[in-house]
Amino acid sequence: MNGNRKTLLPVLGSIVGLSLLVAGCEDYPPVDAEQQGFRGVAMEHVTNPRTVARLKARNQMPEPLERFEAEGDLASEVYENVQVLGDLRETEFLRLMTAITEWVSPEQGCTYCHTDNLADDNIYTKVVARRMLQMTKTINSKWDNHVGETGVTCYTCHRGHPVPEEVWHRDPGPKQARGMTASSAGQNIAADAVGVTSLPYDPFYTLLQQDNAIRVASNAALPRGDNPVDIKDTEETYGLMMHMSGSLGVNCTFCHNSRNFSAWDESRPQRTTAWHGIRLARELNNTYLEPLKPVFPEDRLGPLGDPSKVNCATCHQGVHKPLFGAQMLKDYPELNAVK
Amino acid sequence: MSMLSFERKYRVRGGTLLGGDLFDFWVGQFYVGFFGVTTIFFTLLGTALIIYGAAIGPTWNIWQINIAPPDLSYGLALAPLKEGGLWQAITVCALGAFVSWALRQAEIARKLGMGLHIPFAFSVAIFAYFTLVVIRPVMMGAWGHGFPYGIFSHLDWVSNVGYQYLHFHYNPAHMIAITFFFTTVLALALHGSLVLSAVNPDKGEAVKAPEHEDTFFRDTIGYSIGTLGIHRLGLFLALSAGFWSAVCILISGPFWTRGWPEWWDWWLNLPVWG
Repeated sequence: MNGNRKTLLPVLGSIVGLSLLVAGCEDYPPVDAEQQGFRGVAMEHVTNPRTVARLKARNQMPEPLERFEAEGDLASEVYENVQVLGDLRETEFLRLMTAITEWVSPEQGCTYCHTDNLADDNIYTKVVARRMLQMTKTINSKWDNHVGETGVTCYTCHRGHPVPEEVWHRDPGPKQARGMTASSAGQNIAADAVGVTSLPYDPFYTLLQQDNAIRVASNAALPRGDNPVDIKDTEETYGLMMHMSGSLGVNCTFCHNSRNFSAWDESRPQRTTAWHGIRLARELNNTYLEPLKPVFPEDRLGPLGDPSKVNCATCHQGVHKPLFGAQMLKDYPELNAVK
Repeated sequence: MSMLSFERKYRVRGGTLLGGDLFDFWVGQFYVGFFGVTTIFFTLLGTALIIYGAAIGPTWNIWQINIAPPDLSYGLALAPLKEGGLWQAITVCALGAFVSWALRQAEIARKLGMGLHIPFAFSVAIFAYFTLVVIRPVMMGAWGHGFPYGIFSHLDWVSNVGYQYLHFHYNPAHMIAITFFFTTVLALALHGSLVLSAVNPDKGEAVKAPEHEDTFFRDTIGYSIGTLGIHRLGLFLALSAGFWSAVCILISGPFWTRGWPEWWDWWLNLPVWG
């Protein structure tokens, strides 16, 4: 027995030590915790200050461009074919063009969207950019229940990349066998979209483009047949929720009290914001992005031929208030003049 | 309670850890000892505090009585009695009572010249509780990370803590702990049924010996761990279950703040997948 005990402890110790090592060298005490509910029920947001510092460095807002008096003629009078920004004065128009270049195509410059003839529409990026300006206006003017007064600019999603890094296409999934094993309901492949869980790998098409029910909890203790959703719907919902928590850098209790996920009166107000966010994503995908399909060249489309679309990560990028809540729109009122 | 005829033989003086002969006596069936006194003290005081907490709380509903730890803002300081201070005092009483009980077990074992396996085993349970309400809260910087004392409320705590890490079943230590819990049950079921099948025969049948038990398992799976071995195995399985439970909650927060599914990135990134 003595011999056993002497070997047992080091073995256990090394297992624990190894687990911690694998867990990542960044995660060790102290950690930060924010209480989000009544004491003792573990409604809290636990964060690692080192991870947060890394996130902060990655989510910095660029310095706003210097503003000039709005003077000069209207852009629509100075330039040809100015369809959505025609109401801006020349100085405002040029400032916004400069900003967009900095936000979206800093390396490619103006020619990413313009040919030598600035009025030319025979370059798809310009047609997309025009639509994106209208989309931005819609988000800022119609969706304040999600974006509040902070609003969004091109930079919220683009971050210096012509195509935002966090977008999604429909996922055809791995090659499937036929017959009885033809479908695994999108499960069991550790998909990145759902936080490397085994949950269905493409919750975006069904829940962020199609208008399917996300609330899957029954109102009754026992099955009565009046709740049409099944366990597969539940898992798809959980898949989307995994995506949401990953993209926002939060856990389930950031919005829900897990003792009753569906009860609004026990949820945090953030859940309301998220609810609107889901509807926002659906509108953007259906009204602005999917219709751009014929505009894009084929190599910009996904494996199933659909254009890039937005999900929560597109703007949030790991932070529950994009860019840590930095006010950006207020420096670019030009964006609100979009027609 | 009267004493059985042979019991007096075992009621010998000595073996105490504290208090010398002062508390070395029995009350009825029960050995007292210094740690018996402290057990009673902490138990009564702790229970009284729980009842007091219920009395000043909103309900007497046994399911809903809740004695919650302080707000996180108190950090590792003492909190006012009605704002978590009660929880702190009750935690001290609980640990006092549990540790006293373990030491009383040790005294009785020493008195009888036995090994200390029982207090050691019980210590693992205390360690799991101590991890939940002391080690982890201290590592995370606030007593408020402890679990609340209440039937429903502690379940809410468990649920919310699980969902803080998105999916607790992906917690590797939780996996190990669950495996040990189930294996403990399996081992106990095999052992219990084997012993009963041997020593509780039908009328007219002879009681079977360990040789029968060993043969049964050799015939079935080619190996029998033996009469002593099964108890070593059982104790190892059971203690491991409790130990890994403590590990699985200790690493959730202090050593991992994201979702547990994500922890498995290292597995998904192994070079063997190509």
